[in-house]
Amino acid sequence: MRRSDGRTVGPSDCIHVWMVITGVLLPSLSPTVRLSGQAVDRTKAPAFPPPPALKLPAVQTATLPNGLELAVVEMHKVPVVDVQIVLDAGAARDPADLPGLATFTATMLQQGAGRRGALDIADEAAFLGAQLNSAASYDAATVSLHVPKRRLEPALDLLADVVLRPAFADSEVARQRELRRAQIVQLADNPVAIAGIAFSAIVYGRSHPYGRPLNGTETSTASLSRDRVAEFYRATYRPNAARVLITGDVTLAEVRRLLTARLGGWERGPVATLAEAAAPAAAARTVYLVDKPGAAQSVIRIGHVGVARATPDYFALQVLNTILGGAFTSRLNQNLRETHGYTYGAFSQFSTGRLAGPFVASASVVTAKTDSSLIEFLKELRRIRDEPVPDPELAKAKAYITLGLPADFETTGAAAARFRELLVYGLPLDYFAHYADRINAVTAADVQRVARQHIDPDHFDIVVVGDKSQIEAGIKALSEGPIVYRDLWGQEVK
Amino acid sequence: MPTGDFDRLLEAAGGDNNGSTTEDRTNYYEDAPSNALALPLWLDSDRMGFLLPEITAEKVDLQRGVVQNERRQSYENRPYGLAEENILQRLYPPDHPYHWPVIGSMADLSAATLEDVRGFFRTYYTPNNATLAIAGDITPRATRQLVERYFGDIPRGPTVTRPTPPAVQLGADVYATIEDRVQVPRVYDAWHSVKAFADGDATLDVLANVLAGGRSSRLYKRLVYELQIATDVVAFQDGGRIDGKFELWATARPGHDLTELARVIDEEVRKVAQAGPTPREVERAQNSFEAQFLSRMERVGGFGGKADQLNFYNYFVGTPDYFEKDLDRYRKVTAADVQQAARGYLVDAHRVVLSVVPQGKPELAVKQ
Repeated sequence: MRRSDGRTVGPSDCIHVWMVITGVLLPSLSPTVRLSGQAVDRTKAPAFPPPPALKLPAVQTATLPNGLELAVVEMHKVPVVDVQIVLDAGAARDPADLPGLATFTATMLQQGAGRRGALDIADEAAFLGAQLNSAASYDAATVSLHVPKRRLEPALDLLADVVLRPAFADSEVARQRELRRAQIVQLADNPVAIAGIAFSAIVYGRSHPYGRPLNGTETSTASLSRDRVAEFYRATYRPNAARVLITGDVTLAEVRRLLTARLGGWERGPVATLAEAAAPAAAARTVYLVDKPGAAQSVIRIGHVGVARATPDYFALQVLNTILGGAFTSRLNQNLRETHGYTYGAFSQFSTGRLAGPFVASASVVTAKTDSSLIEFLKELRRIRDEPVPDPELAKAKAYITLGLPADFETTGAAAARFRELLVYGLPLDYFAHYADRINAVTAADVQRVARQHIDPDHFDIVVVGDKSQIEAGIKALSEGPIVYRDLWGQEVK
Repeated sequence: MPTGDFDRLLEAAGGDNNGSTTEDRTNYYEDAPSNALALPLWLDSDRMGFLLPEITAEKVDLQRGVVQNERRQSYENRPYGLAEENILQRLYPPDHPYHWPVIGSMADLSAATLEDVRGFFRTYYTPNNATLAIAGDITPRATRQLVERYFGDIPRGPTVTRPTPPAVQLGADVYATIEDRVQVPRVYDAWHSVKAFADGDATLDVLANVLAGGRSSRLYKRLVYELQIATDVVAFQDGGRIDGKFELWATARPGHDLTELARVIDEEVRKVAQAGPTPREVERAQNSFEAQFLSRMERVGGFGGKADQLNFYNYFVGTPDYFEKDLDRYRKVTAADVQQAARGYLVDAHRVVLSVVPQGKPELAVKQ
């Protein structure tokens, strides 16, 4: 403990302070700061008033005659606009024989559309200062545009071409297919990428969509063709299975006019209901070792099938995970990083999807401490079930989540990411108005209940990507389950 | 305050913090709800004024382990992760502060003593060597009073002199090859260029954009799109306080060697040096930079937020009020400037050419 009284120091006349309020730089303060003479209590954190009420931008909606739903979030602070077309065309729709088709189709949208060639699209987007992206997750495909307001109209022309009139020329399909094959070769060099792919494959298996690699395999990539891409596009890229989210310096009326002109002619079409997929029954706790000779660290992933976005336990799980591995002061990070120094960071996450997504705890740890790290991981993962969370820890986690919300809505891109989640999972558009209340209602008993229900150490899949010759004996000595050998794709190594 | 309270108190108030170090400067930030403004000021002033006696051998050893793991995670266990330090070693002489990577070598990290750490803190973590920027929903008068209250009694430290080593040049091209646990080779070119905000700095940003800024750039078009001999290409101007470097790299596709890639790279760089970029290429780059400037105005906190930008400008140009002038630098760049920069800083200058090849495959390296 330190006190400021008794210190006999002169005024600090040398710290320079700059302040800015909502974008206007104040005249820089005089560099000479005079002391007020008031002593500071260095032993006690200052008291401060309660936080201001959360102010969220409102979501307005409209529907075009072809069934395309628009959600508009007006944010007028900076003249930029973020547009996201969210489509029910995610990788969960990949045919079992062709993983990677949804992400490849999203990539192909930009490789020629309307009268524009692939390079024209890239050139035009850059010329407009626009970021144009098209990608797919398991649950959705998203075509997005982030652009200065004054270039919005030509950028929307480009966006409309990409979404409505992709060419899928044979030559471009071949070009992107070969690029993807080369990128897949490089995956095997990256232990973190290996851990992600192998973990999903091991937890879900190949018969569940979440078990297949988003960008496909070497074999599936070789089978990508114009016909398969065009067929996937025809079956899923429809206005009745899409929603548009516009965030930024626009009004609803303006958006309605601009998008009616560009997306009003988008033809409706039948989009098949996505089949349910059951997760495989959990196996007894097993360690899956992916050998990476010479690796300086072991990349660890521990988990199993978790919960869907629609789980009624969502808010309790947010609190639980913040305590366990969702913040710097979380238990996993404090233990493995701040107490033991085994890692640069340890985390955990419930990835919630349309279907039950994985729960995963993860870190990259120094090779020599792989076994010790597993001990600490398992200790924390068991303790959160066995003991109720103390009140101060619970309060800290709830405050961290609820008082951190304004930052999630500060920029157009960040706000779009939060609102996008509502569109993908069909949640009510006023969802965030009640978010803090739902978090604040979580009790220590709730946290323990959901920990016991959704974290199951007896059925952990423990994936370790590291130097087998250095780590195998130590892991075996833990007696936390059999060790089996897998490759990058999570498949058995004989 | 007890170890760990800095983070705990801040998170309990809904805040976050982080820090970073480059060759030239270290910055810390705390983001917090506006009602809690006093807390980060109290925490930060406690760190600046009262951390020193709390730095113990045990804490240094523990954090040494954390930083060694940062080095492993971000460099040693990452494909091509050791390329950058191999470039710096060859671009700068051993006594130049840019000769080694910011994270240090494993040997350096192991060798750092308690007294090294305390001495560094005593010398550099002082009010006379720091600037504080506050951005957000604040009132200037009350904020200033808080700052005076918390920082006012922290004593000055020793006068800090910044190293000003003489300008360095390469006397000849330097070719080097390292092996890595990768399956395809990657070539790196690095040239000495200009310091941050010096004449030519923004021009070199535009040049990097013309050469390799996205899928409309010249090198992407040749290497990745047309010839299909590379998977990616990247170029950037990296200006520091003491020196700057211009860097370019490209990764080969399986079955292609780096001599093939290097030939095309050299051809394209020479074309820009001979004929310059087209007016559209310059305008396209300018529009892209302008859009980035706009998006930078959206956020107050974190790395790259408004507060960080004010400090950044103040560090390099001596005033925080430089946003507009910075943007003007890009607006003024002409095709002729870019052509001259390509000739002067790249074609007519020596460089380091580093080949990173799969183990046991030195034949894939660039042949001189």
